[in-house]
Amino acid sequence: MHEMGIALQIIDIAVASIPPDLRSARIERVNLKIGKLAAVVPDSLRFCFDIVSKDTPLAGAELAIEETPVLARCKDCDARWTIAEPAFTCPGCQSGALEILSGRELDIVSIEIAQGESHETGGG
Amino acid sequence: MKPVEDKKVTREVKVVTRVLAVNERMAEQNRRRFAEKGVFVINVMSSPGSGKTTTLQKTLERIMPEIRSAVIVGDVSTTHDADRLAVTGAPVVQVNTDAFGGDCHLAAHVIEKAADAIDLGAIDLLIIENVGNLVCPAEFDIGEDARVVVLSVTEGEDKPVKYPAMFRLCDAALLNKIDLLPYLDYDKAQAVGYIHQVHPGMPVFEISARSGEGMEAWVGWLRERVSSKLKAPS
Repeated sequence: MHEMGIALQIIDIAVASIPPDLRSARIERVNLKIGKLAAVVPDSLRFCFDIVSKDTPLAGAELAIEETPVLARCKDCDARWTIAEPAFTCPGCQSGALEILSGRELDIVSIEIAQGESHETGGG
Repeated sequence: MKPVEDKKVTREVKVVTRVLAVNERMAEQNRRRFAEKGVFVINVMSSPGSGKTTTLQKTLERIMPEIRSAVIVGDVSTTHDADRLAVTGAPVVQVNTDAFGGDCHLAAHVIEKAADAIDLGAIDLLIIENVGNLVCPAEFDIGEDARVVVLSVTEGEDKPVKYPAMFRLCDAALLNKIDLLPYLDYDKAQAVGYIHQVHPGMPVFEISARSGEGMEAWVGWLRERVSSKLKAPS
């Protein structure tokens, strides 16, 4: 529901990450890692990103989203497994003492910047 | 001249930053500020209509003035909730998120600003009533010490498994409106079972804010949490 705000944050972080020598370059892709437990819907995020990235160096950039599964570790028996259903009990020993190893990510991993010939902006 | 196609040379720049890093830093700043003043902060979340405001009103009536309390209330619009809570005598700060873009949650910077209107030195407990929503508030740390989710028996029993992130995150659940159970086909055992499926061992307090049933156990839990922070060195 707050994908618009997330999209704006992504743009802020990505723009700040452009190296000084590539200030006028076009960003082709933003690589994101989003956990299944993060309250973010990838399609909504792409939709919002396309709107708010207009008139920024990220206009037209693709959001490449890697969705990470929910991985858990049992604090009692050290079992590790992927949680696919909303059930957070160890399948081995039934303990409820879990550590969530991944699945809550909402990270920008990298940006990919076009380094071809410097090209005119504004379609030629 | 033929337009030259860009050579497909791209440079990948590593970023590796949490998208919500700005919020998380601000939340930590809030947390330090509250700790310095010895204020215990509780973030109360629920879906709309669960009886969150009535529950807080009845909670404040039981803990004040012994526990000096203030409330920050988040709503997309209107001051209705704040008006109801102000009756208890607790200082109430209303935050309408439409001033911040109609947000579906309270973010750390909103709390930072709202807290300026409260004399933190004069309170022990700050209750933050989040926007009624079981999805988004779970993503935004606001600098709280404990999180509580309110759900009511007029909602589906399966709310916990529909919104697992919220129920995982919270430290306690209040199952409200139990005075209505005789009139409903609500399977309370199943609801509590779902809560524990998502968050094994989480305390569940069955309450009726309206009749007062079950309120003492919940208020006891809250009292204990507040006093444990007051005793702890900050």
